[in-house]
Amino acid sequence: MTQHLDSKFGPYGGTYVPELLIPALDQLEQAFIDAQQDPVFQQEFMALLKDYAGRPTAMTLTRNLVSNPLVKLYLKREDLLHGGAHKTNQVLGQALLTKRMGKTEVIAETGAGQHGVATALACALLGLKARIYMGAKDVERQAPNVFRMRLMGAEVIPVDAGSGTLKDAVNEALRDWSANYDNAHYLLGTAAGPHPFPTIVREFHRMIGEETRQQIMEKEGRLPDAVVACVGGGSNAIGMFADFIDSPEVKLIGVEPAGKGLHTHEHGAAINCGSTGILHGTYSYIMQDSNGQIEESYSVSAGLDYPAVGPQHAYLHDTGRAQYAAVSDQEALNAFQLLARKEGIIPALESAHALAHALNMADEATEETLIVVNLSGRGDKDLAHVHSILGEQ
Amino acid sequence: MDRYASLFRHLQDNQQGAFVPFVMLGDPDKATCINIIDTLISNGADALELGIPYSDPVADGPTIQKAGIRALNQGITPSDCFDIIAEVRERHPDIPIGLLLYSNLVLARGVERFYKDAAAAGVDSILIADVPLREADSFLAVAEETGIAQILIAPPNASDATLAAIGQKSSGYTYLLGRAGVTGAETAATIPTDDLIKRLSSHNVAPPLLGFGIAKPEQVKAAIAAGAAGAISGSATVNLIEQHLDDTTAMLQALGDFVSAMKHATLKD
Repeated sequence: MTQHLDSKFGPYGGTYVPELLIPALDQLEQAFIDAQQDPVFQQEFMALLKDYAGRPTAMTLTRNLVSNPLVKLYLKREDLLHGGAHKTNQVLGQALLTKRMGKTEVIAETGAGQHGVATALACALLGLKARIYMGAKDVERQAPNVFRMRLMGAEVIPVDAGSGTLKDAVNEALRDWSANYDNAHYLLGTAAGPHPFPTIVREFHRMIGEETRQQIMEKEGRLPDAVVACVGGGSNAIGMFADFIDSPEVKLIGVEPAGKGLHTHEHGAAINCGSTGILHGTYSYIMQDSNGQIEESYSVSAGLDYPAVGPQHAYLHDTGRAQYAAVSDQEALNAFQLLARKEGIIPALESAHALAHALNMADEATEETLIVVNLSGRGDKDLAHVHSILGEQ
Repeated sequence: MDRYASLFRHLQDNQQGAFVPFVMLGDPDKATCINIIDTLISNGADALELGIPYSDPVADGPTIQKAGIRALNQGITPSDCFDIIAEVRERHPDIPIGLLLYSNLVLARGVERFYKDAAAAGVDSILIADVPLREADSFLAVAEETGIAQILIAPPNASDATLAAIGQKSSGYTYLLGRAGVTGAETAATIPTDDLIKRLSSHNVAPPLLGFGIAKPEQVKAAIAAGAAGAISGSATVNLIEQHLDDTTAMLQALGDFVSAMKHATLKD
């Protein structure tokens, strides 16, 4: 088969997987291209997004959060989406593609459990059998999400290998897929992995940026000066960025997890502190030692705890189109509490990273500034974790 | 003539197929690994496949994953692996030695430097598990410059277009996958059909060695009867190391017996 979509973003991306998986990736790419041109598919996807998931999501102007009168800070409310995070968007798209390919099973990986929960709900809705790999440590840490997935009929498989976290769950999902690609689709959860996943995940999330553009034009009559989103693998950020890439007046700002500090080894800032290499099928910025062994990442937010970043972000960074900041655990925790107290919204710890950086921008602004933060998820899942941390402090 | 070509000619002249065991370099430690490799060779291994331990081996099942972890826990680096190979090469000048590893280890060292260091240590071929044909060109170019054979994988579901491309680019041998999935002795290989072997030879691919799920002499015999040039056995070999970690003498005895039996099965009637 000839490839129809670019598999690379500059030097980044590609298809670094065993030969065995190439036919399955080609089949997926073909199905995606066909679906994008098929009005019936698009109609079904749009209907699910609207009537099941609750799109378009609101865009909220913060009232009390920002003290600098020059700054208006808006929140794109992906936390209001069914499932509690942006993840539901692209999972619905890929679940429909699974059916289109005539496959009956879905394999997925999950870290905090948000992608697993989104996968489980889409599979319950569309009658697909889901098995979800989750690091054994994460299964323990995220018990409520494990229960949610099981309630919706998914099989949750703990992974003991390696560090027992997200990276190892991805490895195990890839192994499963290489034995079962005939009947199973690998529903990858972020804008990373081998081609065509980074492109598919971006396209199935790009309504985040499209809605933002329309909503800000309605409210302000102009485009924002900056859009800000957190970056682990980078799916919510690429969904927010995609529609603005060709509008150079809009700054694109990704926020990586600085964990306990960029000077420590305990962070997940692949772009800020990593180097180029290959992990999970794609060439991008990764965290590795001098021999090429992958290092463990760390973040207070499980959804950002991944030692690589999607290849398009690597390219946007190198070309200077997007900037990538980093925010520590402590700054994110502060923003988490501040949003709850000032606006009555409890954000996901992931999204709190983006918010923390936007608040720094707001403090420093010396001219009129319009900022939109992608509030990618809600914080219910983080309550026990944050409660235990704040209890200690 | 290169070592693979010499080997395959010699085997053909003597009515034999090749038996190629795989072990992880540095497993369970550097010194024992060298003893293991000597034992494999003295009991009839025709060539070697050697792994470099990697943190995220997505094409490997539990047995080889654990071997990699054992080696990494010993602090084994790619440089240590080249040291081991150089020592083996000094003692065994003629045996073909193949590396089987993952792309990020090659990139981290720099592709050219990696291939040069491998060649200097005495490596004949390199197979990168996560580099499919469509990403292989930059590696193939360096392989050619450094005199290393880049090994390509023919999956059981390969299209004619894939086999034709392998035919144009392959040297050394072709790694013929015995089945889908990851490495492991738990699921047996499917013996290739006459049709697949015919398609391989009509595209002039380098001699096919069947791997993935090869654990028993009967499978080796059947693979060769079906037209494969030989068989590779990784997890079954590594299992014997894992089973005897506390007794090196028993480990070497078990490995020796296993390799003799597998090699014996390569003799054509």
